Amino acid sequence: MLQKESNDGERRFNREEEEEDDDDADGRGHDAWERTYADERSWESLQEDESGLLRPIDNKSLYHAQYRRRLRTTTAARIQKGLIRYLYIMIDLSRAAGEMDYKPSRMVVVARQVEAFIREFFDQNPLSQIGIVTLKDGVAHSLTDLGGSPESHIKVLMGKLTSSGDASLQNGLDLVQSLLNQIPTYGHREVLILYSALSTCDPGDIMETIQKCKASKVRCSVIGLSAEVYICKHLCQETGGSYSVALDESHLKELVFEHAPPPPAIAEFAVANLIKMGFPQRAAEGVISICSCHKEAKVGGGYTCPRCKARICDLPTECQICGLTLVSSPHLARSYHHLFPITPFDDVSPSVLSDPRHLPKNCFGCQQSLLNPGNMPASCVSCPKCKQYFCLDCDIYIHESLHNCPGCESFRHSKSVSTAGG
Amino acid sequence: MPLFRFAVVPQVPSGLSLFPPLSLRRRRRFADVRNDVSLLMVLIDTNPFFWNSVKSTLPFSKFLSHVLAFLNAIVLLNQLNQVVVIATGYNSCDYIFDSSTSEGQTQRAEYLLQKLEEFVNKDESLCREDSVDGPGFSLLSGSLSMALCYIQRVFRSGPLHPHPRASYITGGVYLKPQLLDGLFQYLSTVFATDLHSRGFLQLPKPAGVDFRASCFCHKNTIDMGYICSVCLSIFCKHQKKCSTCGSVFGQAPVHDSSTPDRKRKTPMDA
Repeated sequence: MLQKESNDGERRFNREEEEEDDDDADGRGHDAWERTYADERSWESLQEDESGLLRPIDNKSLYHAQYRRRLRTTTAARIQKGLIRYLYIMIDLSRAAGEMDYKPSRMVVVARQVEAFIREFFDQNPLSQIGIVTLKDGVAHSLTDLGGSPESHIKVLMGKLTSSGDASLQNGLDLVQSLLNQIPTYGHREVLILYSALSTCDPGDIMETIQKCKASKVRCSVIGLSAEVYICKHLCQETGGSYSVALDESHLKELVFEHAPPPPAIAEFAVANLIKMGFPQRAAEGVISICSCHKEAKVGGGYTCPRCKARICDLPTECQICGLTLVSSPHLARSYHHLFPITPFDDVSPSVLSDPRHLPKNCFGCQQSLLNPGNMPASCVSCPKCKQYFCLDCDIYIHESLHNCPGCESFRHSKSVSTAGG
Repeated sequence: MPLFRFAVVPQVPSGLSLFPPLSLRRRRRFADVRNDVSLLMVLIDTNPFFWNSVKSTLPFSKFLSHVLAFLNAIVLLNQLNQVVVIATGYNSCDYIFDSSTSEGQTQRAEYLLQKLEEFVNKDESLCREDSVDGPGFSLLSGSLSMALCYIQRVFRSGPLHPHPRASYITGGVYLKPQLLDGLFQYLSTVFATDLHSRGFLQLPKPAGVDFRASCFCHKNTIDMGYICSVCLSIFCKHQKKCSTCGSVFGQAPVHDSSTPDRKRKTPMDA
């Protein structure tokens, strides 16, 4: 009797093991023919139309609607923005970052998004600096110092992708807070935490650390990869940052990229100040000199510090010799669009669309036809200032990359109106 | 003042469907042709004030004949090359030629000249409403914005995407012709080559680019100055208050906090 029971137990145990094996097979090893369906989820890109037929989802209008929402939040009013940012990206490389719910693993996906983010960040904030901190084995480690060169950050990060141990939010915040305390008062201090773990393993009271961050005006934002964690939410609420949890890779990308444009500035956070800056000239090609950053002799290229005449390879930077902040005028110019965003374009009402006499045939920007196949008018937008019509693709390109309305720029009258208004 | 501005943006578009399946050898030869395909956007400055000032050295009609010969040469180099011309006027900008449209396929020169004439007349008619105050600037930013929109459209429809680094540093060539009579020769030797071939050529290198800014207060060009941390306005002297955004600067000027040696007197401060 007893024997039988134990046998049963064993069998049950065995069965459980088998089931676990099956689960594993479902999770990782798909057969080749299954993989295309399981990974790409091709059925999700289909929708039913009015007559019940299947057709691909109209991504274009969906994408455009998303962009309009983004535009509304960024250009709602002329808000002061923190243009000179000192941002630390804190990456959780604890055991949880090795999880494979994101493919191939959380940390690889995070690193990929951080790489894209760093490039985008410097494109939008040419006067700002980034540093990277990693959380691993219960300690925080400063991977790169604050700097303005995207390539050097990305190179170091890609070489350090291993996960182990626990994550300590407190150690990370302590480190970042002490590093950010050294930056000039006019800079905006920010931390972006990409947190995989569901817990934090701290040596002391994290609440004190959060208060310390709040006191030194560090804006902390967290993007979670697994689930909402109270302490992260509390941290963001206290320091004025934003907290969000990613659903999948594309959502993660969206959330990370929300941190690329400069956030609204809180007046007390950074003291208004005059910063002394130099505008170095690009040296003529063919001139040989030793650069102060790499200590190497270089032929041509590079810039010369206007104060101490040292040679520098890249802008923007701080002169190694005299400490002057060096920028180029295009860097400044590229930041101005955050202060004077171009007005959002209006949707063209269907009544105008139905009257072909009012509607030009082509998009003013790219000359693409504004008529769908079959001569039906496609949806388009128009600039409220110059009254030119644009296709939806140009609308996004103009507001997100170009920051110039081709219509307003190419008519003298509308130009004078817009400059008087601005 | 630069005389001619050419934004030359090479591109590798074009559909595979243009070619029916051929024997392998022939296909490879065509593939080579396809790889060298370029999209050339030409922005012509038609500012009448400028052309009036240089009419003794290079009349506009002669300039046009140089440009037309150049455009023909581009199309001749590769049948798939695409040429788009945008006129940059004094009051407006517009597309005047696109070799990919059906009108652009035949009688290119006639079509281009006709459109250009229409454009110049329209540009002039816009001028009358406004009192003209001397030779003004041309609307280059407008035509360049249009050109970028067009290039973006080509990138969108094509199988290729712009290289992120390529858009950061455009790698273009700036050239001010010494002898205006030889304009066609400058154009054909410097700007007719595609992106790939340019790597092998000794093209004119920029002799130092001026990255200095001009201050908002006196419009002086400066190589050192003070920047408002809130609105990035540029001033040549220290101010108490920003005249653009009204911020009051709390402290003494942030004299580069990281200066290692304060005692050293710098030549610019002296």
